[in-house]
Amino acid sequence: MATRLSGVARAFGDRVVLDSIDLELRDGEFTALLGRSGSGKSTLLRALAGLDDEVTGTIEVTDSVAVAFQEPRLVPWKRLLANITLGLDAPVSKAKEALAEVGLTERAGAWPLTLSGGEAQRASLARALVREPELLLLDEPFSALDALTRITIHHLVLELWARHRPAVLLVTHDVDEALLLADRVLVLDEGRIAHDIPITTDRPRHREDPDLVALRTTLLAALGVSPEGRS
Amino acid sequence: MSVVELARPVEKARATPKAPRRRVTAWHRWLSPLALLVVWQLASATGLLPERLLAAPATIAATAVDLTQAGTLPTAVGVSLQRVLIGFAVGGTIGVLLAVVAGLSRAGENAVDPIMQMLRALPFFGLIPLFILWFGIGEEPKILLVALAVSFPLYLNTFSGIRGVDGKLAEVAKTLRLSRGRLIRHIVLPGALPQTLVGLRQALGVAWLALIVAEQVNATTGLGYMINDAREFLRTDVIVVGLLVYSALGLATDSLVRLLERRALAWRRGFLA
Ligand SMILES: Nc1ncnc2c1ncn2[C@@H]1O[C@H](COP(=O)(O)OP(=O)(O)O)[C@@H](O)[C@H]1O
Ligand SMILES: [Mg+2]
Repeated sequence: MATRLSGVARAFGDRVVLDSIDLELRDGEFTALLGRSGSGKSTLLRALAGLDDEVTGTIEVTDSVAVAFQEPRLVPWKRLLANITLGLDAPVSKAKEALAEVGLTERAGAWPLTLSGGEAQRASLARALVREPELLLLDEPFSALDALTRITIHHLVLELWARHRPAVLLVTHDVDEALLLADRVLVLDEGRIAHDIPITTDRPRHREDPDLVALRTTLLAALGVSPEGRS
Repeated sequence: MSVVELARPVEKARATPKAPRRRVTAWHRWLSPLALLVVWQLASATGLLPERLLAAPATIAATAVDLTQAGTLPTAVGVSLQRVLIGFAVGGTIGVLLAVVAGLSRAGENAVDPIMQMLRALPFFGLIPLFILWFGIGEEPKILLVALAVSFPLYLNTFSGIRGVDGKLAEVAKTLRLSRGRLIRHIVLPGALPQTLVGLRQALGVAWLALIVAEQVNATTGLGYMINDAREFLRTDVIVVGLLVYSALGLATDSLVRLLERRALAWRRGFLA
């Protein structure tokens, strides 16, 4: 079931963060949501995740949603495997498979506080994917990782997406991340979807690809930044 | 409490291979108590410290052996321990349940918290006369006094523990579609547990205190009765034995909670170390 938003709005006091969002996320599509810090990306994602009761407008969304947040948000008093199985109806073998998919089989019995940032983030991804969601919401889950770990996780996410085919909404402020991963890039500005740009370049993609270089300039301009710095 | 604190450097000294100086220091710590014991014994032997004020250490030790062999002491300990355990179980359950009710909703808080805050302000030892009027001088007033004393620290700590649970985890629970029951069981209660355990230790302290007071005022069995009875016959040796047993029991239950703490909070250990 596709996700449809129309006239979605949200204000905090007098401050209008989402003005009027009209948007459709198609099944199996990988969408990146770009926007400056404070532009309302997380607000929109939380609305989709059903975490915001005060949002107005119409949101049609499947019940099968999973979320990975910026911080991994693992439950610290549950060992890794128990974190994955929390609230899961599927058998434990499923959870073990999910851990294997993100390369954490050996850490199944570890306490979350003993994991590295990258491991915890992969675990959080496994916890979301094991639910086989139709819609996967990712709120800047890679922004706190070091550059090398981030590259590895990008590959992992693409691989998992190709295998399970959920619709993905990846919130990010990193233009390159959006260009490398997504089928489609949205730019959120002034509470509206200001740009909606498809990316048709084949995967695996390279940063130097001329199409992507051109798109990068466009997107940076849309975000109010020239490639050399703020314009 | 301080005795347990003192035990720490000794453990450390044993764990680290090259700490000879610390081991000497640890041994030194026993010197002054021993000296005090010697002075005490001498004072008693020379008649400087009359027996009706305080018995000699040797007499106290002998009395402890006698009381144990005669079965008086074990029986008294058994009775007192039973009162504490039952009172603790009743008060603890009530305290935690009320904290869950108050912690999970504003309505619950409004219903429970004002009453608990008002009751807390009562000097509960002052309730003993009322308790005797209401419940007579059987087991009930003693157990209930312990229960009452125990329920407050557990209520207050569990309540603040529940309120302190990370809201971000509650959101995770929502996105994982946990039922309310599972939310309470997997997120709320374990999240409040560190604070509840703090309450548990405070509760144990007041439990013994409440029992001592209750047993002094009215009892025909138990440690407090043994002590009170000894006072009638100026048996200061029996009184001191009773006091020592009280503190030993207090320390024993405290270390039981520490053990529980270490097991239940294992998930934090790696990160605190
Ligand atoms: N719970 C809240 N209360 C008040 N203001 C909020 C709240 N959540 C977000 N905001 C405000 O809404 C704006 C958008 O926030 P957010 O969606 O988190 O931005 P971002 O695009 O960086 O994810 C920010 O100005 C933020 O301060
Ligand atoms: Mg954000």
